[in-house]
This record gives sequence, C-alpha cells and structure tokens, in this order.
Amino acid sequence: MGLNDVSVLIPASADEAAAAFGDGSGVTVVAGGTIVLPELAAGRLRPKTALLLGRAGLAGIERKDGRVTIGAGTPVSALHDADRPLADAARHVGDLEVRAQATVGGNVCSASSDDAPRGDLQAALLALGADVRSTGKGGEATEPLERFLADGAGAGRLVLDVSYDDAPRQAGYAAVWRPHSHHYTILAVAAAKRDGELRLAATGVAPRAVLLDAGDPLRGLELRDDALASAWYRTQLLPRLVERALANLQEA
Amino acid sequence: MNLTVNGIEHTVESHGLRPLLHVLREELGITSPKAGCQQGGCGTCTVLVDGEPRRSCLLPLAAVDGAAITTVEGIGTPDHLGPVQAAFHEHYGSQCGYCTPGFLLATHALIARSPKAGREEIEEALAGHVCRCTGYVKIVEAVEAAVGGAS
Repeated sequence: MGLNDVSVLIPASADEAAAAFGDGSGVTVVAGGTIVLPELAAGRLRPKTALLLGRAGLAGIERKDGRVTIGAGTPVSALHDADRPLADAARHVGDLEVRAQATVGGNVCSASSDDAPRGDLQAALLALGADVRSTGKGGEATEPLERFLADGAGAGRLVLDVSYDDAPRQAGYAAVWRPHSHHYTILAVAAAKRDGELRLAATGVAPRAVLLDAGDPLRGLELRDDALASAWYRTQLLPRLVERALANLQEA
Repeated sequence: MNLTVNGIEHTVESHGLRPLLHVLREELGITSPKAGCQQGGCGTCTVLVDGEPRRSCLLPLAAVDGAAITTVEGIGTPDHLGPVQAAFHEHYGSQCGYCTPGFLLATHALIARSPKAGREEIEEALAGHVCRCTGYVKIVEAVEAAVGGAS
C-alpha cells in the first residue's frame, strides 16, 4: 500500500483531536483500526490525513450527575459489564482481541455492508436513549443517536462520547448470529423500559440500527438480501426476536 | 519510532499507518506472526502488546510506538520451550502450524490473566483463532493442560 504521502496525526488530548479534525475534509479517523486497517490493506481507502485517536484521552466510562458517559475511544471490551442491553450487544462483537481494539466511537459511526455486518452497539444505545456528542464543522453538538445515525453517522463529525440517563430500567436483548470465526449478527433486537416507556431498536434491518414500533416492528422497514440472510428470513425473524426481547425484559 | 520486540529495542522506519504485522515481518524479519486474512478475523497475526493479545494486522505502527511486543520467539526457544509451547507439543496441538503462533500467544495471555481458566473461558479466549486443519480438540486439550500446569 502506498502510504508515503499520507500524513499521520496523533493528538494528545480531545482538544488537539478536535483541532486536527477541523471540518473533517480529507481526514480519515483511526480509532481501534478494526475497520480502517483492512480497508487500507485492500487498497479501498486512500486517506490524505490519518487521525489516530489512541492517545487523545477519549477512553473511559463515567457515571456523574445522573448520566452515564462513554468516551468514543472506550474499547468495546470495557462494556462487557456495562448496563444492559449494552453489555449483551458488546459481548457478541467480534472476539476477545477485536473487542479490546474496537471502539464505541467507531461502532456508532460504522454501517453494515452487504458482506460485513457492523455497528452492533447501535441498537442497544438507541434503546437506552443515548445522545452523541461530536465536533466538526460548526463546532461541538449533542444530538440523539437516532438523528446522528439518520444523518449519515459521523460524516464530517468526530465523535467525542455517547451518554444516556443513569436510571433504573428493564432491559431485554435477543439476537441471531451466523457462526463464523466471529459471531456475525444477522439480526438483533434491544429493548429498554423506563417509567413505563419502552424503547425498542434493531440492528441488521438497515445499514445502521433503527428504532422500531413495538406494535408493528416491520413498519417502515425496507429489508434487503445480503450475504448473511435474505429479506424474507429477516421478515420472519424480526417479530420473533421482538417477542423474545420483550419476554426477557429484566431489571437492568 | 521505537518497538521493543521480545526484549530487544528496535528503531523502525516504516510509515506510521503500516500495520504492525508487516513491520515485524518485513522490516524486522520476525515472521512468526502470519499474514492470514488481514481483516482481523483469523487470529494468526496475534502478538502481545504490553502483554495483551492484539491483532497485529489491525494495529497501525504509530499506535504502538514505544510498546513492548511479544511474539512466540519471546515465550520460549526450540531448546527450551515455554510451558504453553511444551503443552502444545506434548498434546499434538499443532498440525500445519500456520495458526499456532496465534493460539500460543492467546493461551499465554489467558494464563497470565486467569491462571485457573475453565473450559468456557478457554473457548472465549480462543474464539477468534481459526485452525484450517480443524485440530480444535487437540488444541483445547493442550490449552487445558497448559492451564493445569500453571495452576
């Protein structure tokens, strides 16, 4: 791979990372590297500037003032014992080594392709009602994850953290995986209920996770065939997984 | 940039985005980490970075500048196999050998963090390692023996 003309920036703080990112034009963000490095190796990605976040101090989980805040650089492995249903999703990402490298920020910015399911944490974070704090053109902004995902998930944005209310909930999770060296998620449903209000979301029904209508989970979805499963199979599976996620709702 | 590999310090000249795997193999001539799938899915490029198992194909060199890297050459020698290597040798835990470096290092790290690991923990630790000879039964037996020997 011809890398000689690629400049590598290694910011030492979040502020330095935001300044180096600027409006994001020409910048390829490398957090854990689990998605970007294979793209580089295959020659599908030719960055002008690579922004390595490993030393930017963006990792860590904080519970403070009624919020749980998870830094974008936090590895997925740090969520094994996180709040449910986030922990359920995190434990099934890749494998032990990949989870230790892959980051929360990378996961919320990723989109599934026809042969590579990605973004397993998105549905769980949608169920928890998470917000995304990011920086880029126009400065810092915090928005609900569903809006961030609908707006292209990080195009022109550098994710700083995700956060949600630190409150008691009932949580449920149901998924079907295709065995591989990794468990590739065909479809997963995450549910969280708080003060009688249910939030239900799915990963595997679109390139990025979406909120579901609990009364009619298939409403508004355009399911597609891909390397893991057909649209027909997912149409059969989704209502069953919703039933299972709701049936196993437990105090988180 | 600097890497300490198996206790020996090296100054390396590769580009900061070059995967650690290729820096080890091509710049330093340490060929035990294999370039298998190069997508993080097969496990044979696994090395220890400051003692933790990591996919060297997924790590840009600049992300590990200054780190201590361990490959299988660092956990034993042909004349004095380390305990994990000895267990694999004794229990036929290696066939063609291509996946073996990854399995050995994953096992070495497992024993370091969990000296009494049970079957479930062993399976989780090996889950990202693929053996195309499908010698998993012997591999798991070797790992169980290595864990038993360490505890």
